Formats: sequence, C-alpha cells, structure tokens
Amino acid sequence: MKRLAVNRYKCGYCGACVAVCKFDANELIETYLEIYEDRCTLCMACVKTCPMNALEVVE
Amino acid sequence: MTDYDVIVVGAGPSGSISAKTCAEKGLSVLLIEKRQEIGVPVRCAEGVSKKGLERFVKPDEKWIASEIERAEIISPSSHRVVLSAEKAGNEVGYVLERKVFDRYLAMLASRAGSNVLTKTSAVYIKRENGIVRVGIRSMGEEEELTAKIVIGADGVESRVAKWVGIDTTLKLNEIESCVQYLMTNIDFDPSTTYFWIGKKYAPGGYIWLFPKGKDSANVGIGVMPALAERDAKWYLDRFLKENFPEGEIVEVVVGGVPVKGAIDTAVSDNVMLVGDAARHTDPITGGGIVNGMIAGYLAGLTAYEAVESGDFSERFLRRYDERWKAEFGESLVRNKKLQEKMLKLEDSVLDRLIESVKGIPIEEMSVKRLAYEIFKKHPRLFWDLREFII
Ligand SMILES: Cc1cc2nc3c(=O)[nH]c(=O)nc-3n(C[C@H](O)[C@H](O)[C@H](O)COP(=O)(O)OP(=O)(O)OC[C@H]3O[C@@H](n4cnc5c(N)ncnc54)[C@H](O)[C@@H]3O)c2cc1C
Ligand code: SF4
Ligand code: SF4
Repeated sequence: MKRLAVNRYKCGYCGACVAVCKFDANELIETYLEIYEDRCTLCMACVKTCPMNALEVVE
Repeated sequence: MTDYDVIVVGAGPSGSISAKTCAEKGLSVLLIEKRQEIGVPVRCAEGVSKKGLERFVKPDEKWIASEIERAEIISPSSHRVVLSAEKAGNEVGYVLERKVFDRYLAMLASRAGSNVLTKTSAVYIKRENGIVRVGIRSMGEEEELTAKIVIGADGVESRVAKWVGIDTTLKLNEIESCVQYLMTNIDFDPSTTYFWIGKKYAPGGYIWLFPKGKDSANVGIGVMPALAERDAKWYLDRFLKENFPEGEIVEVVVGGVPVKGAIDTAVSDNVMLVGDAARHTDPITGGGIVNGMIAGYLAGLTAYEAVESGDFSERFLRRYDERWKAEFGESLVRNKKLQEKMLKLEDSVLDRLIESVKGIPIEEMSVKRLAYEIFKKHPRLFWDLREFII
C-alpha cells in the first residue's frame, strides 16, 4: 500500500506541510511531524510544499 | 467561573502581544507555547520596519542585530537598483535577533500579569455553554482548562483555526516555501538588505540577504510551490554555489509563509485568530511580525470588551475582524493582487525595468520616480500596474 513518509533527517519541523493539508492528516508536535495515514489522501500538496524535500510517497 | 478569562495559544510576537494587552486590561490570562524554548527554532529573516516595531516596544540593543539604511534589488541579469529604506516601502529598518526578541515579548506579557507555560500544547478545543474547554498537554501531562476566550496565535500550522471550523488551509499559490541559512565568510554591506528577484532565482518568490551585524547574514529563499519545480533548498543551494561559494552555514531555518491575502473572518464563538494563524502576513514581502503584533493588540482589546460585556459570541467578536481589516486588510488584498501581476512578468521584463532605473541617484529614488520611469519606458506595463503605483 502506498503511504506518505517523512524523512526525519531532512525535516526542519517548520509546519508548512500542516498549513497546506486540507484533510487534517498531519500535525507538528514540537519537532516531530505526525502523519495520520487514515486521513491522508496522498493529495501531494505537502510533498510539493516541503522546503527540504523531506516528504515522499512510498510503497 | 472559568480558570482564565483568556487562553492564548502560541507565544510568537502575536501571541505575546495579545497576552500582554489582555493582562494590562486586568484580565486573567494564560499564554501557552508548545516549544520548550520560546523563539527557538527561529522561522524568520528577522527584518522589521522601525515605525512598525516602535509602535509596540522600545528598541533594545539586546535584540537588534543590525540597522538597515538601504535595500538593493538585483534583477535576473544582475542589474542593480538601490533604494533608501524609507522609500523602499519600509519593510526594512532593523534586523532582529528573534530568539531574544520573542522571549522579551513573552516576558513583557508575564510582567503585565499573564501566566506563561512552555512545552505546553493545546490539543483540542470544545465550546460548551458559552465557554471554551481547552485540552492542554503540559510537559507530557494532559489537563483540561476552561476560559471565556481563546486567542489562536499558533502560527502557520494553526490547528485552533481547524478545530473551530475557520478554513485557513493554504493552496499551493498561497504559501511561500522557505529555507534560510545564517552565513559567515561572505561579503556584504552591513546596512543594506539585498533582494534577488525573478524566476531564474526563485520561482514565485525571491532570495534575500539580511545582515546580522558585520560578520554574518540571513541568506534565504521563498518559492511558491505552485510554480517551483524543485524544493526551496535546491534553489537556494544552486544560488549560493554561484554567488557565495566560500560562505559557511552556521544555522538552518525552515518555514512556510502564508501569502493568502485577507481571509473573510478570523473569529468564531469564543475564538479569535491573530498573526500567521489568521494569514496576516504581507503577500509581497512575506513580513508578518508587525501585522501580527497589531492583530494581537486588537484581539486583546476586543477580548477585554467581550469580558466586560459578558458576550463571547462570534457576533460580538466580529468587531475584531473590523479592526484588523481597517488596519491592514486592504493592503493584504491589494498586495495579493499585485503579487499575482508581478508573477506574470517575464525575467526579461524585470531586467529591462531594473535597467531602466538603475542610473537614478539614490536620493531621488522613490516609488513615484520608479513609476515615472516605468511609464516612460514601458507604457504597456505601466497600464497593467497602474492601480498599484498611482
Ligand atoms: C523564512 C521566513 C522568513 C521570514 N522573514 C520575515 C521577516 O523578515 N520579517 C517579518 O516581519 N516576518 C518574516 N517572516 C514571517 C514571520 O516569521 C511571521 O509572520 C511571524 O513569526 C508570525 O508571528 P506569530 O506570532 O503569528 O506566529 P509564530 O511566530 O509562528 O508563533 C506561533 C507559535 O505558536 C506555537 N504553537 C503552534 N501550535 C501550538 C499549539 N497547539 N499549542 C501551543 N503552541 C503552539 C508555535 O510553536 C510558535 O511558537 C518570515 C517567515 C519565514 C518562515
Ligand atoms: S514541510 Fe517538510 S520540513 Fe516542514 S515540517 Fe513538513 S516535512 Fe518537515
Ligand atoms: S498528502 Fe495531502 S492529505 Fe496527505 S498529509 Fe499531505 S497534504 Fe495531507
């Protein structure tokens, strides 16, 4: 199954991905980005927005 | 009885000024911040206009890194034009040390009488019988507190907005995706800010250099995800390789800046949004510190009036919408439109524009003079931009 993954070595915990998510499928808890897979539609908005290229869709 | 009159979520500049204003008016206030250190990590280039800042705080050398006198704009083919700060639309003036500044503002809130908690997140909001229940997680312990009003100052990633059903989600042409390095071992004039414009450098945004003292500077980029083909870091790294190959990076800053223009409403029953949470940043410059502080002040004032009259309804709080719109709503709308027009300009047009004004002495450079030169040399472009320059 495809799912969204965050590369924690790249992530700068900035919250930009949270600001563009229409589905309330992510949350930034201090420095830890949580992705709620049950709500994520893989719409790619956050992937395109991430300044650090830290998000990708994986199998 | 509630635990507090007002709970402010987020201790950035807008949250701290909200809390300070409420406390000065005699309300009981709790200011919560999810990070363990207020102000860290920084998400800002730290430029601020003198006038805007001085409306709220007396400048203090402890948190001022540089004073700026002019701005230099560099076109895609490296034509340069220099503007004196006051004529550049005054988004420049000081470069702050936000780590210290943000803490200083939180301290002012605390001195005015607010309680402050760090490493404390809001995790939900429920509105019942005219009051708000705020779930907080403070150093790992969960608790529920009650308040009459919540001020959502929780920045670009605002969840307060989502919880109360104010749609502030940013589309891919309503956000700038940003990376910035604090750099040393580079050459720059310590009283000049630099802006590189054009698709070549930063699709849908620009590259900036803001000096922090003599030895280091914030060098950063914003790109618009709708127009960029790569991530922001890729564009910045490419620029640095060409322009500052010797530079060393001593800090990395990452962030998203809302460039949405004005939202319809920043209020709901018992709740007001301020600053980045309400998308109050300027769509052209990306500056949000001053608007955030203005909004914080106005929300604080409105909270006081609401508590006085015992009415926390959306209808009552609408006066906060009216107030922030009167202060800067129109300029958000106008600058969003201007941004859309500017983004349509080809790099070659930007080059010709900057080239056509580059001989004018700095003392004579003003927006009016620029407009005149554009009119003389590019009448069609002038027509297209007329509502913004006249
Ligand atoms: C790269 C970059 C460069 C910028 N450059 C400039 C500039 O030069 N000049 C300028 O004026 N502006 C600039 N800005 C914009 C500026 O940083 C913001 O507009 C400003 O910080 C907004 O202040 P704020 O108080 O609204 O939000 P923030 O400063 O973002 O503060 C929000 C706070 O809320 C906290 N928070 C979030 N969720 C919760 C929760 N659930 N519970 C508790 N706390 C929470 C966050 O941790 C954060 O501390 C820049 C932004 C970026 C990203
Ligand atoms: S946008 Fe990228 S860098 Fe920022 S929090 Fe999300 S994954 Fe991390
Ligand atoms: S892919 Fe879309 S739905 Fe999933 S977290 Fe990113 S923005 Fe949200």
